[in-house]
Amino acid sequence: MQSNNIFTAVNSVCSFGHGKKLVRAVDDVTFHIADEEIVSIVGGSGCGKSVLAKMMLGLHYPSAGTFLYKDKPITDHCVHWREVQAVFQDPFSCFNQFFPIRNQLKAAFGIYKDKPSNKEMEERVDQALLAVNVKPSEVEGKYPFELSGGQMQRMLLARIFVLRPKVLIADEPTSMVDACVRANILDYLMKLKEELKMTIVFITHDIGLAYYVSNRIFIMHKGKIIEQGTPDEVTQSPKSEHTIQLLEDIPEINREWIKA
Amino acid sequence: MKILKNLLKSPMFIIGAGLFFGTLLIALIGPIVYNMTMDRVGAQYAAPGGGYLLGLDDLGRDYVSLLLSGLRSSLYVGFLAGIIATTIGTLIGIYGGFRGGLVDDLLNMMTNLFVVIPQLVILILISASLQEGRSLTLIGVIIGLTGWTWSARAVRAQASALKSKDHISLAKLNGDNTLRVLLVHILPYIFSYVFMVFIIQVASGILSESAISMIGLGPLDTVSLGTILNQAKNTGALGDGVWWAFMPATATITVIVFALYLLNTSMDGVFNPRLRK
Repeated sequence: MQSNNIFTAVNSVCSFGHGKKLVRAVDDVTFHIADEEIVSIVGGSGCGKSVLAKMMLGLHYPSAGTFLYKDKPITDHCVHWREVQAVFQDPFSCFNQFFPIRNQLKAAFGIYKDKPSNKEMEERVDQALLAVNVKPSEVEGKYPFELSGGQMQRMLLARIFVLRPKVLIADEPTSMVDACVRANILDYLMKLKEELKMTIVFITHDIGLAYYVSNRIFIMHKGKIIEQGTPDEVTQSPKSEHTIQLLEDIPEINREWIKA
Repeated sequence: MKILKNLLKSPMFIIGAGLFFGTLLIALIGPIVYNMTMDRVGAQYAAPGGGYLLGLDDLGRDYVSLLLSGLRSSLYVGFLAGIIATTIGTLIGIYGGFRGGLVDDLLNMMTNLFVVIPQLVILILISASLQEGRSLTLIGVIIGLTGWTWSARAVRAQASALKSKDHISLAKLNGDNTLRVLLVHILPYIFSYVFMVFIIQVASGILSESAISMIGLGPLDTVSLGTILNQAKNTGALGDGVWWAFMPATATITVIVFALYLLNTSMDGVFNPRLRK
């Protein structure tokens, strides 16, 4: 029977170091993510959410437990990355500063076994740029450091439009940009989801943002998933004190936020 | 281009580059302009003047010709050793630093092993065991093969700092293989370091060659700045006050190495923003 599970984790562990210095970045997590779902993984700094994202990308292997993509372990990276792609947190460090941005968008085709013709690649890059509201002429011959942070983040999204993956791992794609650009980026992400019927795993520290975009929310703390459920379940009736803490830490106008 | 502009603002760089390209120019066009001769043209240790600017050596040969030829040999040895040492060091360092883990540990152990073996002792032992056929090229190769450790260490540190950067992860997601990641996504970022290491390797190559030639283990097939000094030492020129036998050669070595060190230091100031004034 073909299940519609994209990711399945059963008691997965990802640890670094050994002996006394052993750190369990991801500790005994069990979950599944279904096709076309938007799941947010929310947690504070150092809770292991980025490591979990890298496990989904196959950049880290589980040290124990099972971690499956479409009910199979991740073995061939190239095959995996044809379907699972990522947007990273810091757009400034994501591109090689020695090459024009357009060439690097085109380089994304390297993941395919049979590259499309040069003309088709150029066309798809043009379409991807237009999809994120950037005129191709604006970035023609430009190097990464010549673009603004918002533009760079959109370049990362354009890369996803170029590749059209089945699954997108978005590791804090909005943490480095201002609120206005953030709304834009979320807009493009939703557009991508509509167009490509993608599954999106959204990694963020902002539970408010997660509430608006996700079908389900996982709360992570110290490597463990301490709570999972629909946004309403998690925010209306939180069971864990860490979830309550995360909810309290959302700044609100007319409420004392930072207690002395 | 901006880097070049910044470099040209540094007086240290201008002096270093001026001195270096000056000597390079003399070495390249000197033999064309100057009428070089390796034959006996006068009395032993004839003083400077009388048609021969820097006097004659103990065999009555013209010192200007000897110096020009020695300068060419020294530069050749320096660059040969520098290229070999930098290439080996960069390859080992970049791969180890990028791969990490066991491969890195092994390569690092090998580098440390070579660091603790004194280069000069090896050079002396190898040169001394080769009584015949000790050519300039061979000496350059030996210097290069024993001196790569510092480039490996410098490059390894830089590569391992870069390996966990996002653009490397993204390059992997683009399907780039290890070789392409190393050459396209890591090497350009550390090229300035590699270049600086190369300059230091050239300078130390020239110094090493002079040192072993000076003690009589230099090339047998040609004149180098070190062999001029060796000859001066053997004939007792130093005690006899024949300054033109050793002063010009010593000064030439000093000028080249000084120029290279100036270049390196000034580049450090430009490439490393923390040192910028």
